[in-house]
Amino acid sequence: MEPAEIIQHSGGVIGASWLMIALPLLGAAVLLLGGRKTDKFGHLLGVAMAVASFVVAALAFIQLLGFAPGERRRGVELYDLIPGIAKVGLLVDPLSISFCLLITFVGSLIHIYSIGYMAHDPARRRFFAYLNLFVAAMLVLVLADNYLGLYVGWEGVGLASYLLIGFWQHKPTAATAAKKAFIVNRVGDFGLSIGIFTIFATFHSLSYQGVAEGMAKGGSIPATAIGLLLLLGACGKSAQLPLQSWLLDAMEGPTPVSALIHAATMVTAGVYLVVRSGPIFQATDTAQLVVTIVGVATLLAGAIIGTAKDDIKKALAGSTMSQIGYMMLAAGIGPAGYAFAIAHLITHGFFKADMFLGAGSVMHGMNDEVNMRKYGGLRKVMPITFVTFFIGYLAIIGFPLLSGYFTKDGIIETAMEHNAILGWLAVLGAGITGFYMSRLVFMTFFGKKRWEADAHPHESPAVMTWPLIILSIGAIVLGAFLILGNRFMLFLSPAVGRPEELPSFHPFSTTGLATLALVAVGVVFAWYRYGSAEVPGVAPRGSFLTAFARRDLYGDALNEALLMRPGQWLTRLAVYFDNRGVDGLVNSLAALIGGSSGRLRRIQTGYVRSYALSIFVGAAVLVGAWFVVGNL
Amino acid sequence: MPWLSILMGVSVLGALGVTLVRNDKLAKQFTLGVSLIVLALAIAMAVQFSPNGDKFQFTEKYDWIPALGVHYAVGVDGIALVLILLSVVLVPIVVLASWHDAEAGKRSVRTYFSLMLVLEAMMIGVFAATDVFLFYVFFEAMLIPMYFMIGSYGGAQRSYAAVKFLLYSLFGGLLMLVAVIALYTIAGKGTFMFPDLVGTIQDVNTQKWLFLGFFIAFAIKAPLWPFHTWLPDAAAQAPAGAAVLLVGVLDKVGTYGMLRFCLELFPDASKFFTPMVITLSVIGIVYGAIVAIGQTDMKRLIAYTSVSHFGFIALGVFAMTTNAGAGATLYMVNHGFSTGALFLIAGFLIQRRGSQFIADYGGVQKVAPVLAGTFLVAGLSSLSLPGLSTFVSEFMVLVGTYEKYLVPAAIATTGVILAAIYILWMYQRTMNGPTAESVKHLPDLNAREKWVVAPLIALLLVFGFYPKPLLDVIHPAVKNTLSSVPATDPAPAVQVAKEAQ
Amino acid sequence: MTTHYLVLSALLFAIGGVGVLVRRNAIVVFMCVELMLNACNLAFVTFARQNGNLDGQIIAFFVMIVAAAEVVIGLAIIVTIFRTRRSASVDDASLLKY
Repeated sequence: MEPAEIIQHSGGVIGASWLMIALPLLGAAVLLLGGRKTDKFGHLLGVAMAVASFVVAALAFIQLLGFAPGERRRGVELYDLIPGIAKVGLLVDPLSISFCLLITFVGSLIHIYSIGYMAHDPARRRFFAYLNLFVAAMLVLVLADNYLGLYVGWEGVGLASYLLIGFWQHKPTAATAAKKAFIVNRVGDFGLSIGIFTIFATFHSLSYQGVAEGMAKGGSIPATAIGLLLLLGACGKSAQLPLQSWLLDAMEGPTPVSALIHAATMVTAGVYLVVRSGPIFQATDTAQLVVTIVGVATLLAGAIIGTAKDDIKKALAGSTMSQIGYMMLAAGIGPAGYAFAIAHLITHGFFKADMFLGAGSVMHGMNDEVNMRKYGGLRKVMPITFVTFFIGYLAIIGFPLLSGYFTKDGIIETAMEHNAILGWLAVLGAGITGFYMSRLVFMTFFGKKRWEADAHPHESPAVMTWPLIILSIGAIVLGAFLILGNRFMLFLSPAVGRPEELPSFHPFSTTGLATLALVAVGVVFAWYRYGSAEVPGVAPRGSFLTAFARRDLYGDALNEALLMRPGQWLTRLAVYFDNRGVDGLVNSLAALIGGSSGRLRRIQTGYVRSYALSIFVGAAVLVGAWFVVGNL
Repeated sequence: MPWLSILMGVSVLGALGVTLVRNDKLAKQFTLGVSLIVLALAIAMAVQFSPNGDKFQFTEKYDWIPALGVHYAVGVDGIALVLILLSVVLVPIVVLASWHDAEAGKRSVRTYFSLMLVLEAMMIGVFAATDVFLFYVFFEAMLIPMYFMIGSYGGAQRSYAAVKFLLYSLFGGLLMLVAVIALYTIAGKGTFMFPDLVGTIQDVNTQKWLFLGFFIAFAIKAPLWPFHTWLPDAAAQAPAGAAVLLVGVLDKVGTYGMLRFCLELFPDASKFFTPMVITLSVIGIVYGAIVAIGQTDMKRLIAYTSVSHFGFIALGVFAMTTNAGAGATLYMVNHGFSTGALFLIAGFLIQRRGSQFIADYGGVQKVAPVLAGTFLVAGLSSLSLPGLSTFVSEFMVLVGTYEKYLVPAAIATTGVILAAIYILWMYQRTMNGPTAESVKHLPDLNAREKWVVAPLIALLLVFGFYPKPLLDVIHPAVKNTLSSVPATDPAPAVQVAKEAQ
Repeated sequence: MTTHYLVLSALLFAIGGVGVLVRRNAIVVFMCVELMLNACNLAFVTFARQNGNLDGQIIAFFVMIVAAAEVVIGLAIIVTIFRTRRSASVDDASLLKY
C-alpha cells in the first residue's frame, strides 16, 4: 500500500504544532541569555517547556486521530526559508507524531530526572538550556516537511549533542569526546549534504512530497547514489559502522544526556531518515541491501563490544549501537520492516532510557564510579533502581511478553523472511545481547560487594526514581500494545506504506523459539561467568577476542591509522608547503628583486670621473652601433 | 536624493572632523556617532530600493575628466547594496570594538579613527562605482588607509605585513589598470561607464587577456589560492578591528569584482576560464582549511579559514547558476559578520592575555563563559551550522554548483568536515580543559564588548532563520547579471509540481 | 676647407674629453668641459657656414649662454667645496653614492 497524500492544514493544534519547537527553543534562549539571574528557576523552566511541548504533541496526536487514516498526513506551511529552494513547513503525520510523542515524553521524564541528577552541579541551568535546545532541534528534525528542514534539525541535535557531551568541558576527555562526536557526525553530514544536493539537482525540490511525486514519475533518477549518500548521513548520526566510533566516547557526557540523546532519540535519527526516505530506498535494491548489511554488521559489532566493557555506560552504549543496528536492518527491508523499525525504536527509547537513567542512579549513589567491577550486590541498597533496571533488562533481551520481545522478534522474523542469512545473524545478535546484558546486571546488582572504601550507595531521591518507574512501565506494556493486532503498522501505514499482506504474530515460530533458546544460553553463560563466580576487581587479560571487543573492535585504532595520522601528516605538509612553497615563492620573488637592485646600485660609486667614463663608453657604443647598423 | 554621495560625504566630513577634535575620547565618540549616522542613512536608502526596478538605482553621473570620458558615476544594484550595507554595519561595530586598540602604540589615536571613516567612504565608493575608472581609483585608494592602519597600529611585524599587503595589491592593481586602459581603447566608446562597456568586446581572445588582467587583481584581493599568502600576515599583524574591515569588506571587493566586472564584461572569457577558476576555488577551499588546522596562531588560523571561505564564494560566482550566484553574494555578507565576530572576539581574548598563540590558552570557558560562548557561536557560524546565516549561503553555493559541476561541489563539501575540525579544535584548545594558570584571572566581556558582539550574533541568527529580505534583493540582481552572460540554470531530471517545491 | 675646421673641432673635443677623464682638479675638469663645448661650437659654426644658413650659429649662441650659466654655478660649487674640504679634487667629493 502506498503512502497517503499530504493535505495542507491550518488551524487547530496541528496548525500550531510549531509551538512544540518554539516552546523549548524559548526555554533555551531565556536560560542562555538570562545568565545567572535564571539560576534559581532554570531547571523548573526547562522542565515546564519540555512538558508543555509534550502537551502540544499529545493534543496534536489526538486531533490527528480524529481524521480518517487516509487523511492523517497534514502539512503546515510556515514561511519561505530560501526562496527557490525550500520553504519551512511542518509535516504532522503518523510517523512524525510518533517521534514527537517519544521525544517529548521521554524528554520530559529525563528533564525531571535531571533536576535530581544535576542538583549539585553549579551549571545546572546551562544543562537545562542545552537539553531544551536539543528537544527543539530534534523536533525540527522529525517535523520538517523537507530535507533542508531535516538537515537543520540534524545539525541542531549535533550541536546539542556536542554541547552536552562536553558539558563537563574542564575534563579534557569530555572535550575531546564532544569534538570527536561532532566531527565524525560531520563526515556523515558530508554524505547527507551531497545526498540532498543530488535530490535537489534531480527534482528541483527538497520536500518529501516533491520527492515522492518525482520518484513515482520516474525517469533518470540516481536513486542508488542518493540512497547510499543518505545512508552515510544516517550512519554518522546513528553510530552505525563505519562511523560508530564516537558513540562510546560520547558517554563522557552526563548520564541523562546519554539516556536522552545517545540512546532514546538522537541516535535513532538515522533510522528515521531511512524510513522517511522510503520512496527513494524502495526504488533501489542496492541501497536497501547496503542498509541491511550495515544494520546487521553494527548489531553484531555493538553486541560484541558490549560483552567486554567494564564501564557500565559504555556497555550500554555498545548495546545501543546494536539495537539501532536492528532498527536499520528492519528499515532496510522496506515497508514490511518500517513499522517494526519504528516500534522497536520507541520501545528501545523507553527501556534503554530506563536503563541509562538506572545506571545514572547507580553512579549517583556510588560517587560517579562507572566501573562495574567496583559494583556488586547493589540490588539490596537500591531496590527501586534495581527493579526498574531489571525490567529494562528483561525487555531488551526479549523476555516473553515484555516490549523487546514483540518488537525485536518482529524485526528478526521479517529479516528471516527477507533474507535468511541476515535473519540468522540477527538471531545470533539476540543471543549475544542476552549474554552481555545479563553480565551487566549480574556484575552490578548481584554477587558480592566490591565497592571502594568511601562508597556509600543509597537509593536516589523520588525525582529520579519516578521517571524510572514510568519508563519501566512503558518497557513492559508498549511492545504488546504496538505490535499485537498490527496496531502500529496500521497507524503508520498512511505515512510510510505497508505490505499488502499484514504480518501475523506467531508466538511459537521456529525463529522465535530459536531466538529464545539462544538468549537463554547467553543468560546462563553470563550467570556462570559473572553471577555465580567471583568477579575479579581488575579485568583479566582475556583472550584475543576479549581484547578485540575491549578495544571497540579496533575502530579507533583504524581511524587513527587511516585518517588521523595521515591527516596530521597532511596538515603539517600543507603548512610547510604554504610557508615555504607558496609564500616562499612570493618572498623569493621579492628577495630576487630586492637583491638585484641592491647589486645594481653599487654602480653609483660617487666618483664623477667614473660616471664620465661610462658616459663616454656609452656614447662610443652608440656611435659604434650606428656605424655597424649603418654599414649593414 | 544623491544618497550614495551623501553616505560618502558624511564619512569623509566625519573623518576630517575627527582630526579636528582635540580630545581622544571625544574623537572616538564622534567617530562612532558619524558611523551610526551613515548606518542610519544607508538603511534609509535601502528601504527605498526596489528589487525589481532598474538595474542600477540611486544613480548619479557627473563628468570628471571629460576628455577621457571618465565620470564620477555611482549607483547600486542588489549585489552592491547588500555589500554597502555590510560595510556600514561593520564600521560602527569595529569602531566600538577598537576603542582602546590604538592606545598601545605611540601613534595618534585620532588618526586611527579618522582612517577608519576614510576607509568607510572608500568602501562605499568602490561598491557603488558604475564607472570602471572610478572603480579602479577606489580599488587602489582603499589600500592607503588600510596600509597605515596595519603599518602604524599593528603587531610586532606590522611593517613587513603592511608592505607585503601593499605591494601584492598594487601588483594586482597595475594589471587591472592595464586591462582598464585596454578595455577603454579597444571598446572605442570614449567612455569608462560600465553599462556602456558591457558587450563591447566581442573578440574572444581579447576578452581572455582583459579577463586575466581583471581576474588576477581580484584573485589577489579576494584572495584566491595561490595568491593568498599576504592575507595571513596582514590579518595577523593588523589590529583586530582593521582585520575585520580587511577580511570582512575589502577582500569582498575581489569577489564582487569577479561577479560584476569579469562576468558581465567578458562573458566568453569567463566561460572559457571557468574550469580553471573552479579548480583554484576548490583547491583553496580544501587547502585553506587544511592549513588552518595546522596553525598555532589564532588570527592566522582565522585568516586561513577565510581563504577557504573565499574559495566557496568564487566557486559560487563562477558556477553561474542563480542559486550559486545568489549564495555567493549572500556568502560575502554573512562571511563579513561571521569572520568579523570571530576576529573581534579573538581580539578581545588576545588583548586580555597578550598572546595570539593558541597554546597559551586553555579552559577560558571556566573564567569567562560569555566570551567563550560568543566565541563558540562565531566559530559555529564559521563552520556553517544551520540556524546561522552562513549555512544558508554555503548551502546555496553548494547546491547551485552541484547542479552544474558535480565533482567540484562534492570535493568542496569536504570543507564542512574540515571546518568542524579547525574550529572545534581551536575552541577546545583555548576554551576547554583545565584552566591554564595564565588565564585564571581573565575578566569576562565587559558591557562595551557585549554591545560589539550582540549585533553580529543577532544578525547571524536572524538571517540564519530568515534570509529572505536579503535574498529578495540579491536574487533579481544576480539573475540580471547571469542573463547578460548569458548563463541558464540546468533543468531538473524530473519535473515535479510547483506546489511540491 | 670644412674638413680642417672639423678635424680641429674633433681634436679639441678629444683633448677636452681626455682631460675630463684623467684630471682630478675640479677647475681643470671644468676647463676641459668648456673646451669640449667650444669644440662643438666650432663644429656648429663650420656647418652653418658650409650650409649657408644661421641655424648652427644660433645653436652656438645657445651653447655659449648655457656655458656661461654653467660657469657661474659650477665655479660657485667648486669654490664652496674647496672652502669646506681644502681640496678641489673631484675624487675626494665622492660621498654622494649608492
